[in-house]
Amino acid sequence: MREFAYARPASLADAAAAFAAGGEAAFIAGGHTLLPAMKSRLRMPDTLIDLSALSGLGGVTREGDRLWIGALTTHAAVAADATVHAALPGLARLALQIGDPQVRNRGTLGGVLANNDPAADYPAAALALDATIETDRGAHAADDYFQGMFTTALADGEIVTRVGFRIAARAAYAKFRHPASRYALVGVFVAQHDDGVRVAVTGAGAGVFRWAEAEAALAGEFSAAAVKGLVLDAADLNSDIHAGAEYRAHLAGVMLAQAVGEA
Amino acid sequence: MPTTITINGSEVARDIAPATLLVELLRDDLGLTGTHIGCDTSQCGACNVLVDGVAAKACTLLAVALDGRAVTTIEGLADGETLHPMQAAFRQEHGLQCGFCTPGMVIAGIEIVRRHGSDVTREQIAHDLEGNLCRCTGYINIIKAIEAGARAMGGTSVFEAQGEAVDA
Ligand SMILES: Cc1cc2nc3c(=O)[nH]c(=O)nc-3n(C[C@H](O)[C@H](O)[C@H](O)COP(=O)(O)OP(=O)(O)OC[C@H]3O[C@@H](n4cnc5c(N)ncnc54)[C@H](O)[C@@H]3O)c2cc1C
Ligand code: FES
Ligand code: FES
Repeated sequence: MREFAYARPASLADAAAAFAAGGEAAFIAGGHTLLPAMKSRLRMPDTLIDLSALSGLGGVTREGDRLWIGALTTHAAVAADATVHAALPGLARLALQIGDPQVRNRGTLGGVLANNDPAADYPAAALALDATIETDRGAHAADDYFQGMFTTALADGEIVTRVGFRIAARAAYAKFRHPASRYALVGVFVAQHDDGVRVAVTGAGAGVFRWAEAEAALAGEFSAAAVKGLVLDAADLNSDIHAGAEYRAHLAGVMLAQAVGEA
Repeated sequence: MPTTITINGSEVARDIAPATLLVELLRDDLGLTGTHIGCDTSQCGACNVLVDGVAAKACTLLAVALDGRAVTTIEGLADGETLHPMQAAFRQEHGLQCGFCTPGMVIAGIEIVRRHGSDVTREQIAHDLEGNLCRCTGYINIIKAIEAGARAMGGTSVFEAQGEAVDA
């Protein structure tokens, strides 16, 4: 890796100040996206600002109809948390499907949402669970937050502090993992809220998106039979050496039925 | 950057360049070459170590970020001439061939016992080895070794011990 300066601020204000101090700065949380990118020189920041010493960015709380999870909470902690299991077992199961045990011990919720990899898992949960992404500057609704491949509503230097998932009556995630990378070839998260059903798809397109036809079909009757035969429109989907667009379009229907069955 | 890390029980205080990965500190500066580098993509697990008792990939950690932490490498597991039960099980069950992946596998085995306890099933072991690659063995004896090592280590999983939900 190229040399860089390193700071580990103790407060959000210090972290923001360090970011504004000049040069190309980057925050680091679990480092499980950023460090591999720096090793291959896809990213070459001058300064790394380590968020791990910030207080108040961890932990899980239930407030009203929302489950709040701190940005620094690792995937392993989410997967094992009793409050998450009670409120949204489908979210705990999603966390358990990320990467491998060692990745889950370091990677964080905030890191995934800030990065917005088009094949990452949490974006599907955040979108289907109508999440609020809280930052040091305010809050974003999931519907406005995800803006396509590696792009979010975050401004330069804005820090994700915690994420509030809306607790759903039923919610589940089904993922067909890429066998080598373990990211989603296609992943579908379904959530039944009192005011409607939300379905979010990751891995299939340029970024996470909602699947209107699936939502409408499940609003009528929340069952695998109601979405039988539903496939995505292949025109907007990714085609690569791992899977063609037609394959992904079909796979999304299979994952959808599986998620509905599990919810 | 002045950094103090407890490595295999001894305090190591150094001025470390921020771009130094933990695996580089261990291998290049401290001569602890048991921690291996098998990939550049954080996928193979040959570099696994314990950080405060929890398994992590030393190739994907900055050494300076571990100031004040305790790291255990494969070299720190044995008690003098007595192998750690997980190491002894790998030897007994012939859980290795060339041995390149073995330090990471042994650490992964200890992590599996931390998570699932000593009565972990073969299915859980196989599933939890998803972050460790072996080019030689076909995994069968590795799974047997971790099963035997788990029984020898004893104890319940951290989740049961804390009364928390068990993650699969
Ligand atoms: C082998 C392997 C397999 C993986 N498999 C999967 C998988 O199956 N599914 C999946 O979803 N992910 C997977 N990942 C990615 C993993 O989940 C990462 O942990 C995650 O993408 C990033 O989290 P992090 O804490 O490591 O972030 P970092 O790498 O520290 O940061 C990532 C980016 O987010 C920014 N950032 C971090 N935290 C914040 C914050 N609080 N506020 C603002 N910006 C922030 C950083 O500046 C950086 O740009 C895998 C990674 C590896 C190495
Ligand atoms: S060297 Fe660390 S995962 Fe391969
Ligand atoms: S024993 Fe050779 S790589 Fe596993």
